Amino acid sequence: MKSDKIKFLVFCLIVLAAPVPLSQGYLTNVLVFVGINSMLALGLNLLLGYAGQISLGQAAFFGLGAYGSGVLTTHFAMNPWLAMVLVALCVALFAFAIGFPVLRLKGHYLAMATLGVGVIAHIAFNETVDLTGGPSGLSGIPNLSVGSFTFDSDIKNYYLVWSFALVVILLSLNMVNSRFGRGLRAIHDSEVAARVMGVNARLMKVQVFTLSALISALAGSLYCHVMTFISPTSFGFNISIELLTMVVIGGLGSVYGSILGALLLTLLPELLRAFQDYDIVFYGLLLVSMTIYLPGGLVRGIPALFRRVMPARSGHA
Amino acid sequence: MLKLTGIGKRFGGLTALQGISFNVGKGTITGIIGPNGAGKTTLFNIATGIYPPSEGAVLLDGVDISALPPERRARLGLVRTFQNIELFGKMTVLENVMVGLHTQSSCGLFSCSFRMPWQMSEERRIREKALQWLEFTGITELADVVAGTLSFGKGRLLEIARAMALEPKLLLMDEPAAGLNSRETAELADLIKKIRDLGVTVGLVEHDMDLVMDICDALVVLNLGTMLAEGTPREIQDNPAVVTAYLGEE
Repeated sequence: MKSDKIKFLVFCLIVLAAPVPLSQGYLTNVLVFVGINSMLALGLNLLLGYAGQISLGQAAFFGLGAYGSGVLTTHFAMNPWLAMVLVALCVALFAFAIGFPVLRLKGHYLAMATLGVGVIAHIAFNETVDLTGGPSGLSGIPNLSVGSFTFDSDIKNYYLVWSFALVVILLSLNMVNSRFGRGLRAIHDSEVAARVMGVNARLMKVQVFTLSALISALAGSLYCHVMTFISPTSFGFNISIELLTMVVIGGLGSVYGSILGALLLTLLPELLRAFQDYDIVFYGLLLVSMTIYLPGGLVRGIPALFRRVMPARSGHA
Repeated sequence: MLKLTGIGKRFGGLTALQGISFNVGKGTITGIIGPNGAGKTTLFNIATGIYPPSEGAVLLDGVDISALPPERRARLGLVRTFQNIELFGKMTVLENVMVGLHTQSSCGLFSCSFRMPWQMSEERRIREKALQWLEFTGITELADVVAGTLSFGKGRLLEIARAMALEPKLLLMDEPAAGLNSRETAELADLIKKIRDLGVTVGLVEHDMDLVMDICDALVVLNLGTMLAEGTPREIQDNPAVVTAYLGEE
């Protein structure tokens, strides 16, 4: 318990201090997106890593959050904070409603159904041209502001996004180490046994699905205000897959693993830019070797690797 | 306590159970025996709501629970263990038992995420009670071990501790002695008697005849999906039909 708190405090300090050596450079901008992706990956990990229920439609909730906030603040000139809350609630309600029929499915069927949700949402973003601007996107979205203070630079957005991310991380850490989190993990390990123990598996699955959609919608709202321009390509199927990859690489069923996965997969394309068109090869190689050699993800793989190396060293000495 | 009336179950064209009616008396240990394929586990699955019966009804304390899902039956005090132990393999032993206390706690998604003060005290209470049940089954020292790494015998004890954490009125055990050596089986017999002495009614499916004859107050014999006999262990041992069908012809 105590070590968990210390871990979180250290993590907070790292997040606070990270932009200092970067002095408002390009990397600060990248770290803003690491924050957004961390929220998205964490939302998916609660569903997939803890409750064991897959979703290939996370981009839909992300997009609904972004377009919800974008449309309300441009077409209807609504207060962005109010819009953010309203949109998050509506997306959560939507997820709750579709959760009951969708989460009756298991395995591949659940994957297909959530994939369907993602595809339908993507089509809707493209086709409702009057509202969303269709394929050419929605522009002129205002930055978030408090009084006369506007979040209009990378560094301001960094602290904005990460304060949201840190709250979500803290609440998730609390949740997974509690009665609710134990129920989710029990469902993951053996749904029949969990139900026999009195765990209402159907309801809990829908609740965590709703939570994951809510977090994704919040990330979407932040994204649209940070970018001030959004288009459907940011909310397509490939984004859902990228989120899945973050969760798997970082570590299924690990809160910090989600952040590590988000960090790596957001930085990777930037680092691989030097290889130009060949970056996809490195990306693929990394994925393959990760799943073969570190199936537990980085958060479990690195300590395991460390333990394997350390005794060998002391043996030679 | 538990009353089955005219239970029948068909899987497609196959009749697995037909016309099963008996009572499990309050405070007793009732054994359900029969050769392989007699339908014992199917009967258990119907009693605990894993699947519904094709016909007949399951009554707990006079209330028809035939249509209730397993989680609702658990709240009414009907709990089971599994033949091939179904533990939460990636969770620790203590956490497994804490899941067993799910029905006796109430904190939901919101109070868990925000660590409300009452959530903290409930969590402490759950932890203490779970430790008591580990002590009851004698596996306290394994509290922080990951359940998936336990031996079969210890896993069985954990499954019993987890089921007992629900403080059931009726505990159904599906072949609790399967895979145990003779010393472990003897310990299991003592544990089951200890559970009965707590006022819990026990129903068990079992192949180990010595165990059944030792601890059961009443027996129900199934054969090919139908009831063959019902009575005390002594009556069953002397029943010629049972001897022929189950214990073998002389």
